[in-house]
Amino acid sequence: MNIHEFLGSPSDAARREGPHNKIVMSSRVRIARNVKGAAFPGWAKKAERIRILESLRPAIQSLPQMSECFSESMDNLTILDKNILVERHLISREHAAKNAGSGLVLNRDESLCVMINEEDHLRMQALRPGLQLKQAWQAIDSIDSRLEKKLEYAFNTELGYLTACPTNLGTGIRVSAMLHLPGLVLAEQINQIIQAVNKLGLAVRGLYGEGTEALGNVFQVSNQMTLGESEADIVERLSKVLNQIIEHEENARTSLLEKKPKTVYNHIGRAYGILANAHSISSKETMNLLSLMRLGVDFALFSELDRALVDELFIITQPNHLQRRYSDKLSAEERDLLRADMLRERLKGVTRPKTKPIPAAGEKN
Amino acid sequence: MLCCVCKEKEAKVHLTQIVGDKMQKVDLCEQCAAQKGVNDPQGFSLADLLLGLGAAQEMEQATGGPDVKCPNCGFTQADFKKAGRLGCSECYVTFSEGLESLLKTMHKGTKHTGKVPQSLQQSRDLSDKIRSLERKLAKAVADEDFEQAAAMRDEIKNTREKLSSLSAS
Repeated sequence: MNIHEFLGSPSDAARREGPHNKIVMSSRVRIARNVKGAAFPGWAKKAERIRILESLRPAIQSLPQMSECFSESMDNLTILDKNILVERHLISREHAAKNAGSGLVLNRDESLCVMINEEDHLRMQALRPGLQLKQAWQAIDSIDSRLEKKLEYAFNTELGYLTACPTNLGTGIRVSAMLHLPGLVLAEQINQIIQAVNKLGLAVRGLYGEGTEALGNVFQVSNQMTLGESEADIVERLSKVLNQIIEHEENARTSLLEKKPKTVYNHIGRAYGILANAHSISSKETMNLLSLMRLGVDFALFSELDRALVDELFIITQPNHLQRRYSDKLSAEERDLLRADMLRERLKGVTRPKTKPIPAAGEKN
Repeated sequence: MLCCVCKEKEAKVHLTQIVGDKMQKVDLCEQCAAQKGVNDPQGFSLADLLLGLGAAQEMEQATGGPDVKCPNCGFTQADFKKAGRLGCSECYVTFSEGLESLLKTMHKGTKHTGKVPQSLQQSRDLSDKIRSLERKLAKAVADEDFEQAAAMRDEIKNTREKLSSLSAS
């Protein structure tokens, strides 16, 4: 089975529901583990990386959580396949650049993904829709506890799990959530929030993690320190901060609607106007405008549009998802035309946004 | 794209460094680039960027120069300066002195307080138990409570056996 047959459709992926998913798009916990004595992937020779991959892959595939998994060596995936996985947030950009000697194991519902020989021998991650950090940690903890019986991890009583980069040492854990924060961006409070979050020792990054831009008002918040604090404490601390950010975002949205309704309707109306009528549009502009449409959905300004359609468009308008629909290699200009065609088609049945929220069915007014 | 050092200004300098077969990318604004001496490729080290300015040098002094080599994987201090990553798990022993100050600035603490592999956790629990029994034994001997001392001696013996069977498996 190839990766495209295995992956759920973008429409299914966009329909996964979780708590607070108006603002929290997804939660993720990843842990780094290494095999005792073996050179880390960045330093190991190719033959050693292949040997490690060949010993780790069967161990992971045999886990009960991984029944009916997708498992592949990175050199058997095309560049397009790998980039699709990046656009689905299943692997890192760094991992997409790997070839022979690196691998991937993904479970049936795409909630667990193990990268073999990325920066560490094992980068195992659990993904959940909405705000579910604790559940994600429990899922990855349970995989790890099974795996430690089969493998000898590089572990030191003082320093914890040993990782290629000292920044991941100790717990090797990175707990993160992907947040949609158009309210804070429009209210121009986002920089204050980012600075405050940074002061707490947490990192704020763009859509695809390290070193990427915050496209579509989507931000990733994660812990930075991994040593000297237990996993449960890190999860707890991040959850508290996230709840505060959610509250700030909600307040920003409410006060924008109260104080600057015209600004809000103007942004959302223009976003709709362009997305539903453009004949050429870049993926960056698309994401920024879809973000505003998503805000419009949250404000109940669209009668025929739901969040799942916006989230699906977020996925399928990305360059590699778009390329995948066509057999010929597309230039950026050609993609912009086809993207606009697709958006016009999908938004055909959506009428322009209201300037007053639509009362929910059954709600008294 | 924002500068990955100050995270405030737009990144204008995009750097790719290849170490071995590994590619590292860094995006900087003009000021940070000048500050980090990026225009002078000789003086620029990714380890400094990733781990904080001066980190690599500080570590080099503490471990005893750029030529210290990990006996397990052959990784040197100079390699760390270039890559900002270590060679293998044994490097944490080889370069332990230099790493200590680095870890202090980087993390909340320098001692792991999180999850421990179960096999290690069990032997750790047993070692703790032996230590506590030994204290009880010493006290019993001092109090001339020989009945209690004999009981403690037997229990220590049992626990030691359990511990050695654990590490043997």
